[in-house]
Amino acid sequence: MRHTISVLVENEFGVLSRVSGLFSGRGFNIESLSVAETQDPTVSRMTIVTSGNDQIVEQILKQLNKLVSVIKVVNLTNKETVNRELVLIKVNADPETKAEVLRLVDIFRAKIVDVAIRCYTIEMTGDEEKINALLQLLKPNGIREIVRTGRVAIARGM
Amino acid sequence: MKMTGAEILIKALEDLGVDVVFGYPGGAVLNIYDALFQNTKVRHLLVRHEQGGVHMADGYARASGKTGVCLVTSGPGATNTVTGIATAYMDSIPIVVFSGQVPSLMIGNDAFQEADIVGITRPCTKHNYLIKQTKDMARTIKEAFYIASTGRPGPVLVDIPKDVLAGTAEYHLPEEVKLRGYHPNYEGHQKQVENAIRMLLEKERPVIYAGGGVILSDSSSLLSEFARILGIPVTTTLMGLGGFPGTDPLSLGMLGMHGTFRANMAISHCDVILGVGARFDDRVTGKIDEFAPGAKIIHVDIDPTSIQKNVPVDIPIVGDLKDVLRKMIKLVKGTKEAAKYRKKIAPWRDQMAEWKSTHPLAYKQGKGKIKPQYVVEQVYDLTGGDAIITTEVGQNQMFAAQYYLFDNPRTFLSSGGLGTMGYGLPAAIGAQVAMPEKLVVDIAGDGSIQMNIQELATAVQYRLPVKVVILNNGSLGMVRQWQELFFQGKLSHTCLPQIPDFVRLAEAYGAAGFRATKPEQVRDVLRKGFAAPGPAIIDIVTDPNEMVYPMVPAGAPLTKMLLV
Ligand SMILES: Cc1ncc(C[n+]2csc(CCOP(=O)(O)OP(=O)(O)O)c2C)c(N)n1
Ligand SMILES: [Mg+2]
Repeated sequence: MRHTISVLVENEFGVLSRVSGLFSGRGFNIESLSVAETQDPTVSRMTIVTSGNDQIVEQILKQLNKLVSVIKVVNLTNKETVNRELVLIKVNADPETKAEVLRLVDIFRAKIVDVAIRCYTIEMTGDEEKINALLQLLKPNGIREIVRTGRVAIARGM
Repeated sequence: MKMTGAEILIKALEDLGVDVVFGYPGGAVLNIYDALFQNTKVRHLLVRHEQGGVHMADGYARASGKTGVCLVTSGPGATNTVTGIATAYMDSIPIVVFSGQVPSLMIGNDAFQEADIVGITRPCTKHNYLIKQTKDMARTIKEAFYIASTGRPGPVLVDIPKDVLAGTAEYHLPEEVKLRGYHPNYEGHQKQVENAIRMLLEKERPVIYAGGGVILSDSSSLLSEFARILGIPVTTTLMGLGGFPGTDPLSLGMLGMHGTFRANMAISHCDVILGVGARFDDRVTGKIDEFAPGAKIIHVDIDPTSIQKNVPVDIPIVGDLKDVLRKMIKLVKGTKEAAKYRKKIAPWRDQMAEWKSTHPLAYKQGKGKIKPQYVVEQVYDLTGGDAIITTEVGQNQMFAAQYYLFDNPRTFLSSGGLGTMGYGLPAAIGAQVAMPEKLVVDIAGDGSIQMNIQELATAVQYRLPVKVVILNNGSLGMVRQWQELFFQGKLSHTCLPQIPDFVRLAEAYGAAGFRATKPEQVRDVLRKGFAAPGPAIIDIVTDPNEMVYPMVPAGAPLTKMLLV
């Protein structure tokens, strides 16, 4: 099962490799990982999407907690959360298909952020399903490149 | 008053009560060596190889309970420490390793003698640091010692660039350590402790399974008290030897791959296991799906990650063993239930006694070749069981574990988790530094001893009278044993035809050397070696075909022991 884990860490050099090294060294898998500073500049937040059975996920949470540079670990998986991901997509925009691309961008409330000859760059945020749906529909037009941030998540409410 | 980073380091060591440092100099740490020059409070021992230095700090820590300290230069000095650090990490030993680093501005440029030792040791340290500014020195050092010695102990590496050592700052050693991400939990949950006792008392065939945590937490006397109150048999891991008296009637000896018949049978037939400070390692459990099939498991450990890692646990208790055992004792001491329970489980104890008498540890010393087991028994007898024993790795280690009965904690020092050949001699030197009055004996193999033999020079230089008893079987015996048993006797590269003359080697180093080739000489040379005023090598030529039994083949269940 997939899990989303939110990890507060000391904002100091080497922390990312402590965390990623923990995953690789113990054979845990990382589907995505995103890091950035929080409202407190001495603290960063990592959002990690991983998968494994209950025993493995229990180990992941405990091992993360054990790192001296890790301040707090929260498993968001069974909590009410808002999940978002940002994607940038370079897609072919031939004279015949342009209109279709623009229509999709409109329906998905995405944005065109760069235009070149026969190519649009689209930006969209949403949850994974929405992003996957857009990618699926754009595919026949010929996708040249995609860049995804991986999931960030925050608990709902207070 | 401003001090240099190097002076701050030495002053901090003094203030933290560090009395000895095992070190080796080089370009990046010249400032530290300058600050050490003529220092009278911190004693520095010049080792002969940085790996030896770390093992010495480790042996010092295991024997004394204090944090061991090692100091090395950048690049090769630092990389030479890795095996020692990994050894301490696997066995949870508190040490702090200081390494010099190239100047900050050169880091990343492949400068002369640069190695990313913080990166290299990240997976084998409890934590590590690269100090960026001289003003951070004192605080970082304080944190390093705090992290190394609290919670589940472990090695911490502190890497210090040369300019940080040369720079200056005010000296201020903080009283307390504040780390947002580090709060070891010492208190066992009272309700869980009560549940554990209730579960124990309901059962009929209990076993206490005790690991190195008992020794690390200094709770061996509490463990003995608890076990005796309820009359529960105790088996220990290799790391737990000495955590419960080996001569106690309740002792089952060691369990696992080379454990005693009764310990492995007990763990396989019990209905409840109380695991204390142990981690259900694969050398202990054998085939995991068939481990203790009928048993409920109560697991007490200070490290939450140890619990539920290899086996499912019925009652987990996270906390310091001292605290948990005290709570457990309080619940049962002097109670009627305890007396009733002792009586109830008497048949189970009788079963242990029967297993012991039908399948004791055994060997036969005839007139011919010297048996290694016999040598260990003579060492036990001649030292009255009162020596500090270190070991190398291989058959020597297992014979020492099986045939020397350890009654006291911190008297058996061995590389358990990593299984590092070359550990025993430097560890013995470190232990001797910590315990100058004790007889310290390294039970060694002819292969392993050659891995850190250079430290004999250290022992001679500082008049540390460690004794090395080599069980000289002319081979990498334990690997040979596996080839005999599982590779049709094809002895691929496990015979050691080119063994040095250890007696003359000892003499070349300025130590004493002795040799026995016949059984009747063994006691005599041991006696002479132990009585020699300085370090000695006692080379004992043993039966090259001897094997360590019982043996549970890797991956087999504990009940499938190969017996003699
Ligand atoms: C550094 C290191 N390299 C290799 C091994 C693998 N190994 C385990 S036991 C052993 C043989 C040790 O030989 P010796 O010291 O003579 O001990 P014996 O088994 O003969 O008593 C070897 C090579 C190891 N444990 N450590
Ligand atoms: Mg050998």
